[in-house]
Amino acid sequence: MTFEYAPAPESRSVVTLRETYELFIDGAFTPAEGGEYLTTVNPADETKLAQVAVAGPADVDRAVAAARRAYETVWSRMPGAERGKYLFRIARILQERSRELAVLESMDNGKPIKETRDVDLPLVAAHFFYHAGWADKLAHAGLGPDPRPLGVAAQVIPWNFPLLMLAWKIAPALATGNTVVLKPAETTPLTALAFAEICQEADLPPGVVNILTGAGETGRALVEHPGTDKVAFTGSTEVGRQIARAVAGTGKRLTLELGGKGANIVYDDAALDQAVEGVVSGIFFNQGHVCCAGSRLLVQESIAEELLPRLKARISRLRLGDPLDKNTDIGAINSAAQLERIRELTDTAEAEGVQRWSPECALPGSGYWFAPTVLTGVSQSHRVAREEIFGPVLSVLTFRTPEEAVAKANNTPYGLSAGVWTEKGSRMLWTAERLRAGVVWSNTFNKFDPTSPFGGYKESGYGREGGRHGLEAYLG
Amino acid sequence: MPVPHTAFAPEATTNRELRAFLHGLPGVDEVGARARAQDLSTRSIKTTAKAEAIDLAISMVDLTTLEGADTPGKVRALCAKAAHPDPTDRTVPRVGAVCVYPDMVATAVEALRGTGIGVASVATAFPSGRAPMEVKLADTRRAVADGATEIDMVIDRGAFLSGDYLKVFEEIAAVKEACGTAHLKVILETGELVTYDNVRRASHLAIRAGGDFVKTSTGKVSPAATLPVTLVMLEAVRDHHADTGRRVGVKPAGGIRTTKDAIRNLVLVNEVAGPEWLTPDLFRIGASSLLNDLLMQRTRLSTGTYPGPDYYTLD
Repeated sequence: MTFEYAPAPESRSVVTLRETYELFIDGAFTPAEGGEYLTTVNPADETKLAQVAVAGPADVDRAVAAARRAYETVWSRMPGAERGKYLFRIARILQERSRELAVLESMDNGKPIKETRDVDLPLVAAHFFYHAGWADKLAHAGLGPDPRPLGVAAQVIPWNFPLLMLAWKIAPALATGNTVVLKPAETTPLTALAFAEICQEADLPPGVVNILTGAGETGRALVEHPGTDKVAFTGSTEVGRQIARAVAGTGKRLTLELGGKGANIVYDDAALDQAVEGVVSGIFFNQGHVCCAGSRLLVQESIAEELLPRLKARISRLRLGDPLDKNTDIGAINSAAQLERIRELTDTAEAEGVQRWSPECALPGSGYWFAPTVLTGVSQSHRVAREEIFGPVLSVLTFRTPEEAVAKANNTPYGLSAGVWTEKGSRMLWTAERLRAGVVWSNTFNKFDPTSPFGGYKESGYGREGGRHGLEAYLG
Repeated sequence: MPVPHTAFAPEATTNRELRAFLHGLPGVDEVGARARAQDLSTRSIKTTAKAEAIDLAISMVDLTTLEGADTPGKVRALCAKAAHPDPTDRTVPRVGAVCVYPDMVATAVEALRGTGIGVASVATAFPSGRAPMEVKLADTRRAVADGATEIDMVIDRGAFLSGDYLKVFEEIAAVKEACGTAHLKVILETGELVTYDNVRRASHLAIRAGGDFVKTSTGKVSPAATLPVTLVMLEAVRDHHADTGRRVGVKPAGGIRTTKDAIRNLVLVNEVAGPEWLTPDLFRIGASSLLNDLLMQRTRLSTGTYPGPDYYTLD
């Protein structure tokens, strides 16, 4: 028999969308001076969700000034224990409203509710709880007896984990006594604006957190604004380069968390079924919209023939569709532009002679969708093996010796993540030691924790977020 | 339910060869196996899917009583329930089989005559398996002679843990032969095997020795049927089918008490072994109290209200 899972949609009624959202400056929602708005849509069906104000240079001025005022008059002077109380309060409100925020995130981003509910939101709250605990213990962070905050932080975050990236940026900044002006991505501003409401609910002093919505121009105005002391950016390597140029010579501190081309190395003695799970989660988690995605599978040649059918059988079971359905494994691609990029890179790979495979998979009629895809016969010189694809497309390469595996894994301008699968401890350590990647997962993939520093080598950026190391980025 | 007999003759082997085979199987990463089972347990099965799953689960229940205090009367009551789980609702499917101790087989066979429901009997000195081989075989032959259509044997866990795979293999093969046309379920008692690597090896050993089903537990040892253990066993039967084309069944038993537990097992079957295993011929659930919960949930789905537990017979 077949066992068809009936639709199990999470209710949208927990979310109340406003027609129009304004900027959050100095503790209040305020219209942008230019009066311009952008529309954010649900990528799963292209319906309009809301209009969101576009911040211009004058708004950036106002926000930075508010953040400066809050920094000098309130936040930097407040005892750490008091700052911690605000962060604990925010963390608790995030937990209380987690169902609502999970649904809102799925609607605005297109990612499955299963992920927002079980991954994004628990991690968001965990980041605030973790950093709340640090607020009065900074003298014990190994950064000197009395580390000082930097001032005002300009923060620009991507659309792949909107609220989680906000938490990665705001929680450490606030815990260390900095104030922030944050710009969420143009396609996913809604949870950041819900977070602004949470700041109000938590009675956070005005100006400590300011949220400016808008597109690339808003981001540029913010990172180039002379009134900030710190710039933190997560996003593409290309934009990261521009930011590094803009910040160079200004004396501002900078952390960049950029792209990746992560390798998942599967040795012939790996626990195969779990390696398959790890490879699937490595590239199909969040539709592959993950900077540390394991977009290259490096499988030892002697087991490639055994692994690939298992992998394909497993991928055939992935359920693609309505992001709000609790049984959905793969949601929508976040935007038409991203879908176009994934298509272009995949088509190029096919034209270059790579074999392309996708399971039989009906794509919804409207919205932005891309079937999970496996590319075999990929070599290091193919574009798809070199460029970040940021989509549900796995490139399969093989290797024969551990040396070859490490050489291939490291042969990329990026260095954010890698996974190693072997039951042999010595080989695990040997490999991990040689991989030039900020995170090396051992017999697992895509595991995150606020206590664990995250960041890249080479063109994947610099600076670390999370853990004790992450505090350093916000302390002088 | 008449169960088709699977003709299978295990090939003779040696301990050395068996060890090389079993230890050559890919390992199981414990953390990953647990995570996969946990992930699948979050599937949301509602409305029509839930109704289908409940009926399927009922048809897969091996309704079991394995107590020292069992009486012919209790066994007859259980058999009546097996044939008509809900006397007020004839649309409820009958269960997969009734599972009793060997001395109750004749009583159960008599009580189930004409219903088409098979009688499964535990045998081979259940639950410990600590008896001489002749006793185990006599136990099996007598149950089959009394009309058991399925035999649930226990493996010699001591021999397995000490690495004497050949002994386990030969016992299973001998019991299989003693079964004649009766189906053989091999109980691994995974709670005593402890590691998932052992569960995988014992599954493959039982499959190679001729078992028609691999079964998790006796129900007398804790932990019994956990989702990760069932997951590993489903992977074993899936892989065996991919290698040989032969389909072997899986039976989790012990600790599955609620409809939610049962549905989680069905999701596991569906997504790990595949929908081909969603039949009582290839998947059973050993349980006693589970049936009443399934009936209660079934009534709630169709009427919208919960009848109290007093509306269902205890056994």
